Amino acid sequence: MVAQASRGWTGRLTFVDAFLWAFRLVVIAVAVWGTVGTIRTGRYSLEQWLDFLAFGFAQGGIYALIALGYTMVYGILRMINFAHGEVFMSGAFTAYFVAAPLHTAGVFHRHPLAGVLLVTLVGALVSMTVAVLVERVAYRPLRQAPRLVPLITAIGASFFLQYTFRGLYGAGVRSYPDIPALRGELFLGPFAILKTQAVALVGAVLMMSILYTIVMRTKIGKAMRAVAEDKEVAALMGIDIDRVILFTFALGGFMAGVAGVLYALVVKQVHFFMGFVPGIKAFTAAVLGGIGNIPGAMLGGLFLGVIESVGPALFLDGLGIPAPYQLADAIAFTMLVMVLIFRPQGLLGERLAAKRA
Amino acid sequence: MLRVGLIFGVVAVFLSLVGLVEALHARWVVDGWLSLGQALLLILGLAAGYRAGRGATGGRAVLVGAGSGAVAGAVVAGFLLLGEAVNLRSMFVNASPTLYEILSFGRPARASVPVEVAGGAALGALGALIPALPAGVRRPLRAGVQAVLLVSVFQELIVLLLQPQALTSVREFLFVAGAGPSLPGMTAVFAVFALASVAWARSEPQVRAQVARLPRSGQIGMRLVGVGLGAVALLLLPVVGGSFVSQVLVIVGLYTLMALGLNIDVGFAGLLDLGFVAFFAISAYTVALLTSTGPLGIAHWSFWAAVPVAVVVSAIAGVILGIPVLGIRGDYLAIATLGFGEIVRLLVLSDALRPWLGGSQGILAIPKPVLFGFELREPQHLYYLTLVFAALAAFASWRLQNSKVGRAWMAIREDEDVAQALGIDLVATKLLAFGLGAALAGLGGAIFAVMLGSVFPHSFNLLISINVLALIIVGGLGSIPGVILGSVALIGLPELLREFGEFRFLVYGVALVAMMLLRPEGLWPAAAVRRELRAEEAIPERPPEPVPAAGSTAVTVQGPTGG
Repeated sequence: MVAQASRGWTGRLTFVDAFLWAFRLVVIAVAVWGTVGTIRTGRYSLEQWLDFLAFGFAQGGIYALIALGYTMVYGILRMINFAHGEVFMSGAFTAYFVAAPLHTAGVFHRHPLAGVLLVTLVGALVSMTVAVLVERVAYRPLRQAPRLVPLITAIGASFFLQYTFRGLYGAGVRSYPDIPALRGELFLGPFAILKTQAVALVGAVLMMSILYTIVMRTKIGKAMRAVAEDKEVAALMGIDIDRVILFTFALGGFMAGVAGVLYALVVKQVHFFMGFVPGIKAFTAAVLGGIGNIPGAMLGGLFLGVIESVGPALFLDGLGIPAPYQLADAIAFTMLVMVLIFRPQGLLGERLAAKRA
Repeated sequence: MLRVGLIFGVVAVFLSLVGLVEALHARWVVDGWLSLGQALLLILGLAAGYRAGRGATGGRAVLVGAGSGAVAGAVVAGFLLLGEAVNLRSMFVNASPTLYEILSFGRPARASVPVEVAGGAALGALGALIPALPAGVRRPLRAGVQAVLLVSVFQELIVLLLQPQALTSVREFLFVAGAGPSLPGMTAVFAVFALASVAWARSEPQVRAQVARLPRSGQIGMRLVGVGLGAVALLLLPVVGGSFVSQVLVIVGLYTLMALGLNIDVGFAGLLDLGFVAFFAISAYTVALLTSTGPLGIAHWSFWAAVPVAVVVSAIAGVILGIPVLGIRGDYLAIATLGFGEIVRLLVLSDALRPWLGGSQGILAIPKPVLFGFELREPQHLYYLTLVFAALAAFASWRLQNSKVGRAWMAIREDEDVAQALGIDLVATKLLAFGLGAALAGLGGAIFAVMLGSVFPHSFNLLISINVLALIIVGGLGSIPGVILGSVALIGLPELLREFGEFRFLVYGVALVAMMLLRPEGLWPAAAVRRELRAEEAIPERPPEPVPAAGSTAVTVQGPTGG
C-alpha cells in the first residue's frame, strides 16, 4: 500500500522507498542474524523451545480474545477503541473481589470448576457493562465527528477508567488466589504446559468458537456483518444500528472480561494499569491478522503470543544482547510498526481499509 | 426527575468512592464550618435541582428540583445503609469511616436517611430556583461563591504569597493561623467580589463603548499596554512566588515547549503523534551525554554548546521516525508513533544499551548551565531560561502558522488528497512538520535534563505524550495561546495542588472526553477554527450582520476626526 501510495505522490520518491526498503532489510537481517547465532550456540534445548511455544500459545489465546473486541468495533465503527485494554482490566480487577472470598471460603478446593466459572462470569459481566457504558457516554454522541475525535475521546476514556479503578480499588497490586486444581503442569507427549496456561488456551479457543458462531449463525450476528459492510444500507434494511453497535461493544467487552480473568489466573496478580500493555498487544494482534477480520484477530493473537515468547531468545540472544527478555515488548511493538507500515491489511489481508484508512 | 436525581446520586457516591470527597474534605472553605468536600456535595445537590428544573417554570420547577434532589439524597443514604451493613472497605479502599462521617454529617446511617433526603430536596429546590433569580442577584452571588471556593482551593499558595511582613495583617485576617480560611475573611472576600461584580455589570457597557470610541491607534496602544503588563508580570512571577512557584512554572514551560511542538504535528498538520515523548527523551539524553561530568558523559561540553546539537538531533530523529509513517494516516499513525515511542523507551531501559545510556539508572551528574560565570542553579534562574525558550518557540510557531508551509500543513490536515492535488509536496511538508515539532520538544528536553540534573528512562513514558496531547486539545488544537493556556491549566494547576495529584489523570480523562463532547474547538480556539464555526453559525442569520459592520465602519470614520 505504501509503495503504491508513495509512487502515487510524485513518482520520484525513490528516497522514501529506499529508506523503507532499508528499514525492512535491517529488521530482517537482525532477525536472521540473531536466529543463526542462537541456533549455532545451541543454548536452548528442545524442551525450552517447546516451553516457549506453549507459553506463547497461552498468552496468544488471551491476546486473541481481547483482539476480538478491537476488531469487531473497528469493523463496524472504523474506530480504535483505545479504552478496550481498560475494559479488560476492569473485569479482571473486579473479579478479584469475588475470587478472594471464594478462596477463603474454600470453594476452589471443593468445586474448582464452578468457582472459576463464577469468577469468569463476574469478570465478563463487569467488562461488558463498562464497555457498554463507555460506548453510550463517550462514543455514541460522536459517531458523526471527524475520525480523530473519537480516538481522543477513547484515550480520555481509557485514562478515566484506569484512574477510576485505581481510586476505587487502590493503587496496589492484588494477588489472585492460587487455585489448587490448577497448580503444576500438564503433560501432553513432549509438551509440558502449566495448567493455568492450558486453561487459558482452552478457554480462549472455546470463547472464540462461541463468538464465531454468534457472528456467523445468529440473526444479530448477521446484522453485525451487515452494519460492518455498510451502515447506511443496513439501516435502510431495517437494522437498528444503535442496538447492533451496543451489542458489538457488549460482546467485545464480555470476551475481554473472560480474557482478563484467564490472564489473571496465569499471571496471578491484578492492578489498575494491567490493561494497558495487553491492550496494545491485542490491538497489534488485531492489526496483524487484518483489522475488522474475526478469524484474523484469532490468528494474529496466537502469532503475536508465539513471536513474543520465542522472539527474544530466537532473534536477540544470538546477537549477544544481554537479558533479551526485557525486549519482548519491543519486539511486539516492532511487529506492530512493521505491520502498520508494510502490510496494513494484515496477514489474512482480504479486506483492506485503504479507502477509509 | 428520577433519572437526573439518580445520575447525580450515583455521581456523588462515585466521587466518594474514588476518594475525591475525602481528599477535598481535608481543606476548609471556612474554617470549622464547611469543608471543600462538603461544598462539593452541596454543589452536586444544587446542580441536580438546577438540571432537573431546567425547562420547567415557577412552582413546577421547584417541585421537580426538590424531587430530583431528594432522589439523589436517597441514593447517598442507600449507600450509607449499605456501607453499614456490609464491609465495603475490603473492596473499595476509600469506603472509610471518615467518608461515612462526611456523607452522613456524623450521624449513624439509619438516622441520616431523612436528613439526606430532606437536605437533597432542599438543595434541589434551591438549585431549581437559581434560573428564576434576576441576573442582578445571580451574577454577584456566583462571583462571590466562585471567589471563596478559589481561595479555598488555592489557600496554601495564597498563604505562601502573603508571607512578606507587610502582608501579615491581611494573612491573619483571611486565614486562621495553621488552619483554613477564616469566617470574617471569607465573608469579606465574598462581599468584595459580589460588589465588584455588581460594579462591573453597571459600568461594563460604558467601558466597552469608551474603548470602542477610542481611535484605532489608541486601541492598539491599549493592547500593547496589556501585553507589556503581561510581560512584566511574567518576569516578576518568580520574584514574587519564590522557588516553589518557579519550579512549577518551569514545568509548565517544559510542557508548553513540548505542546508547541506537538501542536505543529497535530494542530497544524493533523498528524496525531502518540510517541512524541521520544523526541523530548532523545534531546534530554543528548544533553546528558554531552555535558555530564559522570562516567557516562562523553564530551563535557557546556550546556549552551549542547543545546543546538540536542535540538538538531531530535529534529533528525523526528524526520527519521517520520519517514516510515509517511504513508499512514489518522488513527493508524497514532498507534504506529505510539509503537515508536515505546520502542525508544524500552531500548533505553534495556540492558543492551546500558553501557552507553545507563539503563534504568540513567545518566547522572548533569551540570547546571553557566551564563557569563553565573550558574543557573535555582528554579528561578531556570525559569527565565525556560521563558526565553518558550517565547522563541511560540514566536517560531506563530511565524510558521501563517507561512506558506503553515498553510500547506493546514491543507494536509483538512484533506491530504486535495492538498496533493493542489501541488503540495506531501513528503517534504510532512517531514518538515515532524522535524520542527521534534525540534521544539528538543528544546524542552534540554531544559528538562538540566532541571533534574539527571535523566532516567522512567521520566519518558507514554503518560507524558498523553499529557501533552490532552493539554493541546483542552487548550485548542492549532492555537498557540490555547496551548499555553492548556499547559497552565492542565500542568500548572495540578502541580500547585500536589495533594490532589492522584486525581490528576482522572480529571484528564474527563477533560478529554468532555472537551470532545462539549467544546471540541478547545478553551482558546485557533482563529481559523473559530472563523469556521462562526461562519457555520452565521449562514442562517445573515440579515442582522450588516448592522454592526456598518457601525464599526462609522467608528473608524469618526476616529480620526475625534482624535
